[in-house]
Amino acid sequence: MECVFGLVGNDFAVVAADTSAVHSILVHKSNEDKIMILDSHKLIAASGESGDRVQFTEYIQKNVALYQFRNGIPLTTAAAANFTRGELATALRKNPYFVNILLAGYDKETGPSLYYIDYIATLHKVDKGAFGYGSYFSLAMMDRHYHSGMTVEEAIDLVDKCIMEIRSRLVVAPPNFVIKIVDKDGAREYAWRESVKDATVASA
Amino acid sequence: NCGSALTKMSRRYDSRTTIFSPEGRLYQVEYAMEAIGNAGSAIGILSKDGVVLVGEKKVTSKLLQTSTSTEKMYKIDDHVACAVAGIMSDANILINTARVQAQRYTYAYQEPMPVEQLVQSLCDTKQGYTQFGGLRPFGVSFLFAGWDKNYGFQLYMSDPSGNYSGWKAAAIGANNQAAQSMLKQDYKDEITREEAVQLALKVLSKTMDSTSLTSEKLELAEVFLTPSGNVKYQVCSSDSLSKLLLKFGVTQPAAETS
Repeated sequence: MECVFGLVGNDFAVVAADTSAVHSILVHKSNEDKIMILDSHKLIAASGESGDRVQFTEYIQKNVALYQFRNGIPLTTAAAANFTRGELATALRKNPYFVNILLAGYDKETGPSLYYIDYIATLHKVDKGAFGYGSYFSLAMMDRHYHSGMTVEEAIDLVDKCIMEIRSRLVVAPPNFVIKIVDKDGAREYAWRESVKDATVASA
Repeated sequence: NCGSALTKMSRRYDSRTTIFSPEGRLYQVEYAMEAIGNAGSAIGILSKDGVVLVGEKKVTSKLLQTSTSTEKMYKIDDHVACAVAGIMSDANILINTARVQAQRYTYAYQEPMPVEQLVQSLCDTKQGYTQFGGLRPFGVSFLFAGWDKNYGFQLYMSDPSGNYSGWKAAAIGANNQAAQSMLKQDYKDEITREEAVQLALKVLSKTMDSTSLTSEKLELAEVFLTPSGNVKYQVCSSDSLSKLLLKFGVTQPAAETS
């Protein structure tokens, strides 16, 4: 039921993910951040088995950091995506990670990019992508409204359209989403879209 | 030079690579560098638009089968090449290691390995042979010439100890100190590739022992960018090399017949 989707705009890339942490019929929390800031100019939006998700994305994050410490230069988005895919591929036939990833990044030389990496180590460079049951709705919405070179306002408007579609049409739709963006100034949180806030317990 | 400073004490400390002498020296590493000091020299020069490598061939004979293989210059990857000085069989092992490391990087990242990382990786391998395992160090020095998108054209020199550094111009092998001081005098920062070729041939002709310089005794290779922006490694053919030697006035025209 996890929803992750993203798209590439004019000189930025944006990804959105639902923020529900679910175990069977129980919702543990509805403000789980599934979009990791990989380095200054990269984001990983991940969905799947929650233990694998955290384990794998942190592993990639630390290896990307190690590369930068060792070599004094950051990895390009393409190199990081290929490295990530390679790690999934190596583990696949023995001990697979059940994690789907959208890797968004901004490189000075090549601009924004988005990579679709699924749990069986498929890698595609895409303009728009999505995972989960929500992808049926968000991909259709993006196919209808996406065009290349969108501004931030247009892109966020499209993201909101996708969120609305998921909320209204998916049977057990996650209520809350987080949106993160990456451009020449770096990777950062853009906004939350919350329709249900965790209720605070009244003091005794 | 370090050979003449040896005392009798060194005999006790020089047979194993993995121990220091009382003065804090690693004799096996120093002896490896001695071996290279007797080998055919090689010079590398960094220019604005490319890197030039020139090597002195020690194995010259009419009986030698002229094939496409080279004695001094080797391509490691599409964007990196090296010149070798020292024990050829040791060099072959390290060249293969460097080639594997470059491909392994590209396999993981789908990008060419940055030149300094390749040199560092190979030097880490060399360092291992000075610290553990009980095996002798490799008797080879390298001049690495390459291009990457981070730092453009680069020239690195590495030796048996596993140390390396980046250079604008460097010499390894026989008479490398004389060559290095000549390079220091004549190198200019804005040198072009053609001027670098000329300088390299001039310096090599002055430091080589042989009386006349012919294209059979040399190898010349260049690393540069094609107009379409791809890195090219090109070994000069012996005809072009003869013409260059004549043009720059570093050889006599072929008066003697073979």
